[in-house]
Amino acid sequence: MKIFKYALLAIPFLYFSCNDDDDTPEPINEEEVITTMTIYLENSADASDVIMMQTQDLDGDGPNEPVITVDGPLSSGSVYIGAIGWANEMEDPAENITLEILEEADEHQVFFNATGVDIEFEYGDFDSNNNPLGVVFSMSTGNAGDGTITITLVHEPTKPNDGLDTAGGSVDIQTSFPVTIEQ
Amino acid sequence: MLILVEELALFYIYILNFLVVYIIVRSISFFLVLIPLHINNSYAQDCEYKLSIQVLDLHDGLPLVNATVEINELDKLGTTDFDGNVVFKNLCTNSYTLNITHEEYESLSLLVNVKKDTYKQIRLEHHLNELEEIMVISNNRNNSRTLFENKISKEVLEDYNSRSLGEVLKTVTGISSLNSGNYLSKPVINGLHSSRVILINNGVRLEDQEWGIEHAPSIDINSIDKISIIKGASALKYAGDAVGGVIIAESSREKLLDTLYGNATTNLQSNGRGGGISTNFTKTNSNGWYYRLQGTLKRMGDFETPNYVMTNTGFSEHNLSLKAGLNRIDHGFDIYYSLFSNYLGILRSSHAHTAIDIINAIENEVPHIIEDFSYDINIPRQKISHNLLKLRGFKNFDFGKLSMRYDFQSNDRKEYDIRRGDRTKPALDLNLQTHSLAFDLESKFQNNSNLKAGILARYQKNFPDPATGVKRIIPDYKKYDFSLYSVYDINLSENWFLEAALRYDFSHIDAYKYYRTSLWEARNYDELFPEFVVEDLGLNTLTNPKFDFHNISSNLGARYSISESENIFINYSMSSRKPNPSELFSEGLHHSSARIEIGDLSFNSEVGHNFSITYDSSNEKSSLTVNAFANIVDDFIYMIPIDLMPTIAGAFPYWEYKQEDAKLFGFDLKYDSQYFTNFFVGHQFSIIKGYERANDKPLINMPPVNLKNQISYNFPELNNLNISLESEYVFKQNEYPNNNFEVFIPTEQTYQLLDTSTPPNAYHLLNFASSIGFKAENGGNYKINLRVENLFNKLYKNYLNRLRYFTHEMGRNILLSVSYNY
Repeated sequence: MKIFKYALLAIPFLYFSCNDDDDTPEPINEEEVITTMTIYLENSADASDVIMMQTQDLDGDGPNEPVITVDGPLSSGSVYIGAIGWANEMEDPAENITLEILEEADEHQVFFNATGVDIEFEYGDFDSNNNPLGVVFSMSTGNAGDGTITITLVHEPTKPNDGLDTAGGSVDIQTSFPVTIEQ
Repeated sequence: MLILVEELALFYIYILNFLVVYIIVRSISFFLVLIPLHINNSYAQDCEYKLSIQVLDLHDGLPLVNATVEINELDKLGTTDFDGNVVFKNLCTNSYTLNITHEEYESLSLLVNVKKDTYKQIRLEHHLNELEEIMVISNNRNNSRTLFENKISKEVLEDYNSRSLGEVLKTVTGISSLNSGNYLSKPVINGLHSSRVILINNGVRLEDQEWGIEHAPSIDINSIDKISIIKGASALKYAGDAVGGVIIAESSREKLLDTLYGNATTNLQSNGRGGGISTNFTKTNSNGWYYRLQGTLKRMGDFETPNYVMTNTGFSEHNLSLKAGLNRIDHGFDIYYSLFSNYLGILRSSHAHTAIDIINAIENEVPHIIEDFSYDINIPRQKISHNLLKLRGFKNFDFGKLSMRYDFQSNDRKEYDIRRGDRTKPALDLNLQTHSLAFDLESKFQNNSNLKAGILARYQKNFPDPATGVKRIIPDYKKYDFSLYSVYDINLSENWFLEAALRYDFSHIDAYKYYRTSLWEARNYDELFPEFVVEDLGLNTLTNPKFDFHNISSNLGARYSISESENIFINYSMSSRKPNPSELFSEGLHHSSARIEIGDLSFNSEVGHNFSITYDSSNEKSSLTVNAFANIVDDFIYMIPIDLMPTIAGAFPYWEYKQEDAKLFGFDLKYDSQYFTNFFVGHQFSIIKGYERANDKPLINMPPVNLKNQISYNFPELNNLNISLESEYVFKQNEYPNNNFEVFIPTEQTYQLLDTSTPPNAYHLLNFASSIGFKAENGGNYKINLRVENLFNKLYKNYLNRLRYFTHEMGRNILLSVSYNY
């Protein structure tokens, strides 16, 4: 009956030989995520007229909603120089995504839209094919009023294009900021 | 390299283990012979003992009349009676050599010790030339005799050898496929798919992340000679959780002759501008040893609709299988290895990120990226490799046929997506390893009844590689399964045949998963499952969910034979399916469907009650099969849209898995008839309806009603030239859940409808098929097939294609294949 003993020994051996150490899996460094977009606006005529707009969603696709802040009103009839920064704050320290987007400028484009308020946008930077990128831009404000500015970062749009609706690609970031233009 | 060494080491261990178990099996048989001898210690030296011999057929155990039994030492002769018995009296304590001969069987000599009255059963083997026939008969037996099985023959498989398994299965009435593009297709049986359809490849349950709707089964149809489809859950020998059905793919049995045979096939097709080659080669010997090699290569470029190229839809595939073994009828073993690997482009424009991307795609109707035809397989793409190793041994004993099987599967799935930064890195990298050990017993209970029973242990480990830099969609887990089943069948009378089966499945899942802390709390898991928490890391919480599932499944079936050619099959089966990893653990954005999908840790098993009745009649001129079923599923797990969830990338539809009672009904009809001498007409019709039970809301992705008609004409005098025309009409699915959403468009500050529910219109396709055969001088034969699909180059969309929002279906396709059999 010796053979049975060996067999009994062998079967658990078979099943636990493939059982690696009970290590807990390592946490994933979520590289693809953008948690934060910050827009810095400076009045070209008045360096003290600075407005920051930010959207921040620290749990990414988790249930918490993004927090949107705009820290002041815009002045009417002015030209603002704008710059956008993106970051992944899930990583510690936070990763600057803006550099990546500048590196892959030909695969990205920022689109600007205003509804309810009179604002004109102009691209301030271009990719290697001389197509607009939009990390740097300028905007001219018209009359006083309330409305929204929507900023959309698209990955792999058709470039050149004539606007967000026909650009294709996929939307990485899209946020509407409530804005007020004051006299 | 290290992994390879590890695998080799494991492999070595399995071989060892196999040998050990084989030795056990052998030694059991040895003991069974020895034990009576030990007990039969004698005390007397008188010559008054009786030796009773019973001679039986080795295969069916039936008694053999007129076998001659000779005792060499005594020159005594005897002939067996009607019960296979012969008795020798007045023997002394001694060893005697017996010679047993029978004109239809191989002769046998053996030594018998007589120390008291002795009874000995002897089983004779047929002459080798007859064995072949016997084996053919026994192999044609169905998996079950109370179930109607749909079969796909070798001929059909040969005609479709450039396709995927899902496409071939569609030739069967009532089976459709759920596609993601052109080549990636999953079988749908009676309206159900994925985890609800179990695939058995050469006796091994396929473990290849089958829960995923965009994961096609990892089987090369060229490695298969026969497919049986069992609708409903009745194949309890294989699985207890097949709520939809079971697909059994097998390679054919090796002949018991000294021969060498094989096949080489080349095929080319116009759409995709590619083709494939496949070859197999089998060497068999009359002493039972055999081996078989098989390989397939396929390569296709971009497929085309009538109007445009579907950019990045090409693929390449290479498959290999080896089998070797010994078949001695009453014992034998085999070793089988197969590798399935493919590299599959996914339509470039199907990469949607937000609801707005999908709205735009639906509005545009055609993909936004259309490039010139190319063979390149760019991102997005999938790279799959599936290894299967099986060792099997069997031996016939007095109590039946006992077989042992060990199998190992390693499924490696890498999905590459459009991403910033390093594109050579997959966005999903899963490795699933499965080991199974099973013992099965088939035994003849009485002359009219059989008992099959078995026991199985399985260990599975899923490893999602964290190097992807993307949140794991399926966590690390280990799963331990243990199953017992038994199937009893009885031939009650000439007309009635009954079968009953019972199966028990136990599963233990031990998973490690990082949850977003915000989700863990929003789902109330912190109160429901505090014991799962390992560590709160702030943003994420490391958890260790553990589950046990105890599932019972059963089956009761009857066949009533009205006459030899007319049968009615009635079947009831109950199946229990534990929730799959996706249903339990999903918690986040699923990029390919641009929605957030949330599973539920508190799910219990889904239980299906399937009733089916089939009428089958066939004669020389016609054949008719009618099948109706009702599947009442308790705690059916499916997804419904709940809300929109704002994220930084915009608002996403938020879908949750739910457990609700459901019901499905269906009806299939197949009728073939012959008119005049060489004219054939065939019809197939199938309809399936599925609803939630509480509110009669239709279930999603139910196959639309379809009708297929075929006429064909055969010219036997012209090298068996066969010409046929097939028509396929697919109705519009008019019953579907309305999961449409109003999506906020921030740039316009308005709402727009995201209509992902409305099915596309009905369509009608015509196909042409022809085949011709030639005999080669050396005895082999050639077969040439020419097929034209979508003859009129129709532009249409298919409800069961997940990419239908982005693209139309394939346009005209001309396929040519030449195969040579030897």
